[in-house]
Amino acid sequence: MSDTDSQVTNAYFRETMLAQQTPPVTETGAIKWLRENLFPTWLNGIMTIVALYAIWFILSHIGPWFLNGIWDAQSLSECREIRDATLGPDASAACFAVISDRWQQLVFGFYPQSAYWRPTLAFFLMLAGLAPVLFGAIPRRWLTASMLTPFVIYFLLWGGSVWVPAFIALGFVVGGLTARVLGRLNQMVALIGTVLIVGLYWAFIAVPLANAVHSILPIGIMAIPSSEFGGFMLSVVIGMAAIILSLPLGIVLALARASDLFLVNKLAIGFIEIIRGVPLIVWLFTASLLLNYFLPPGTNFDLTLRVIIMVTLFSAAYIAEVVRGGLAAVPKGQYEGADSLGLDYWQSMRLIVLPQALKISIPGIVNTFIGLFKDTTLVVFIGLLDPLGLTNSIRASTDWNGIYWELYVFIGLMFFIACYAMGRYSMYLERKLQRENR
Amino acid sequence: MSDTVQDRQINRSQMQVSDEIAIDITNMNKWYGTFHVLRDINLTVQRGERIVICGPSGSGKSTLIRCINRLEEHQKGTIMVEGTELSSDLKNIDKIRSEVGMCFQHFNLFPHLTILENCTLAPIWVRKTPKKEAEATAMHFLEKVKIPDQALKYPGQLSGGQQQRVAIARSLCMKPRIMLFDEPTSALDPEMIKEVLDTMIELAEEGMTMLCVTHEMGFAQAVANRVIFMDQGQIVEQNEPKEFFNNPQSDRTKLFLSQILGH
Ligand SMILES: Nc1ncnc2c1ncn2[C@@H]1O[C@H](COP(=O)(O)OP(=O)(O)O)[C@@H](O)[C@H]1O
Ligand SMILES: [Mg+2]
Repeated sequence: MSDTDSQVTNAYFRETMLAQQTPPVTETGAIKWLRENLFPTWLNGIMTIVALYAIWFILSHIGPWFLNGIWDAQSLSECREIRDATLGPDASAACFAVISDRWQQLVFGFYPQSAYWRPTLAFFLMLAGLAPVLFGAIPRRWLTASMLTPFVIYFLLWGGSVWVPAFIALGFVVGGLTARVLGRLNQMVALIGTVLIVGLYWAFIAVPLANAVHSILPIGIMAIPSSEFGGFMLSVVIGMAAIILSLPLGIVLALARASDLFLVNKLAIGFIEIIRGVPLIVWLFTASLLLNYFLPPGTNFDLTLRVIIMVTLFSAAYIAEVVRGGLAAVPKGQYEGADSLGLDYWQSMRLIVLPQALKISIPGIVNTFIGLFKDTTLVVFIGLLDPLGLTNSIRASTDWNGIYWELYVFIGLMFFIACYAMGRYSMYLERKLQRENR
Repeated sequence: MSDTVQDRQINRSQMQVSDEIAIDITNMNKWYGTFHVLRDINLTVQRGERIVICGPSGSGKSTLIRCINRLEEHQKGTIMVEGTELSSDLKNIDKIRSEVGMCFQHFNLFPHLTILENCTLAPIWVRKTPKKEAEATAMHFLEKVKIPDQALKYPGQLSGGQQQRVAIARSLCMKPRIMLFDEPTSALDPEMIKEVLDTMIELAEEGMTMLCVTHEMGFAQAVANRVIFMDQGQIVEQNEPKEFFNNPQSDRTKLFLSQILGH
């Protein structure tokens, strides 16, 4: 139907309505979408074709290798036999059997098999402990339980006397009490005094005291030296410990750098710049070779703990810079609003400035954490058996001599899952905070 | 300039000035680097006084009232607030700040806290008031500024006029003895100025000691008992409002008034 068909009785408006027509094929569904999104212009069309070719090229090489993957074999040579028998000698097929055969080692390193339940339990405790921190929906009082989990996890992983982590944890109670007593005098005195007393307590009192109590009341599980830790367990232990410790340390460093106090400010700048300016690998060598010189003589400080300290300091320097950016982005009026109400420095930081600064800093903080988690693989250079280090030990056996890609694909995938989860969490948090205070 | 408050009946029964001294500033000087912002300021404010400070932009009005609660530090002379001298002693500063409320041109509400939390924060943390009591007080003052129904919203969801009234309520929750206002209506759309000025007038009617930097001359005539004119860091002239507007003494005041009143 068209206009001319209808009886024109009035020159100005239509009297009979036209029936609706289905739009032409070029304006509907898939074809319309393709034209608008993939081939809007000649140049874009060519780029689409090039991109499709690249995707096809990659998939056509990896796809068969992946899909033909052999999961059930005892050695690389057995894998090859199976492939030759089923697919022919020229076929490309991954030998994922190495993962089914050695996954326990990739996850736990050389941790005694009879004690695998300990890191497994520790892992779930870690998730349970993180939940109240990560998701505000869970009751606040669970946070107290969360604060205890690191010590329980330490006890589960390292084993030994239960009194050692208990008396280390007691250091926080000592610190809390000192702060409360000295806080009546003066804030600065309280801060310095608390750090000093807790430091001395940990360095000289906690462990001897734990040993003394242990000789009277021996409670404990088999001690496992951290040199037997390995695989993803080691990555997670170093990564999570450094993440959890470096956030508060980084915030303190950022506040110190923004401080008006001359010495505090200059010390923070010096610390941040020196730590940031030297590659992490150098700090790891320092941890493995030098750090013992600075510790009280006679103590043989656990290498894994030394690495955790170094990675923590390294990441704290980065966090400090990210948070400093956030602090600078909080409007001056917010500081003045807090000041004018009579809040003291720590109150105004904790209640007003930091919540806003940290919200701004979330993407940067999570970015730093993702980098930190992947950098834990560098410990392979100081002889720790992270997943990459284990690929060497796995290849060292005659069964799996010559296998590369399958292991790296698996390790890469595991790291990707962890890092992707962190990235998604950051976006979830940003959206949640956005919703909460429009 | 604005006649938003002209038609309002002012209840003067409680607007009495006592002879007790709230603020005493003697020979106060302040520099920003080499720039001499405030020169030999002498000002005594009695309890219950309502003072309006006006003057051209950059004359040091904000700096003067910000010195009173130590948002800015003065370098010479003394400032006594409620009998306590402002020195670098942090304890004194926090004490004075909890006695002196302040409202800013841009409100400076805390965007990550609800209206109610904005109002209860300082009483809970500074005055150590129990949460329940602090919330009751906050609701009382939110009712006074006529926005109790917004208590659970966030500042970003409120209009400018509502935000400024919340800011006033937030200060009042600390039960301050003195209120400072730094151009509280300059960032507002004209239709919102009246609601904020009404709130301020009510405060004046209750006998609050107030120092207001404002160009709302209607407000000055209605409630101020003294108008201070500042220029180039000095107090050039001060007088009670009628005299000040009808019979300005210095040429600078005359010029300023002619500009601002559009004569
Ligand atoms: N932080 C600062 N540093 C340097 N100069 C400043 C600072 N704050 C204000 N000034 C200057 O001090 C003078 C007085 O400022 P202000 O008290 O804000 O004036 P008013 O409020 O009367 O407009 C102005 O010339 C301003 O440029
Ligand atoms: Mg100003």
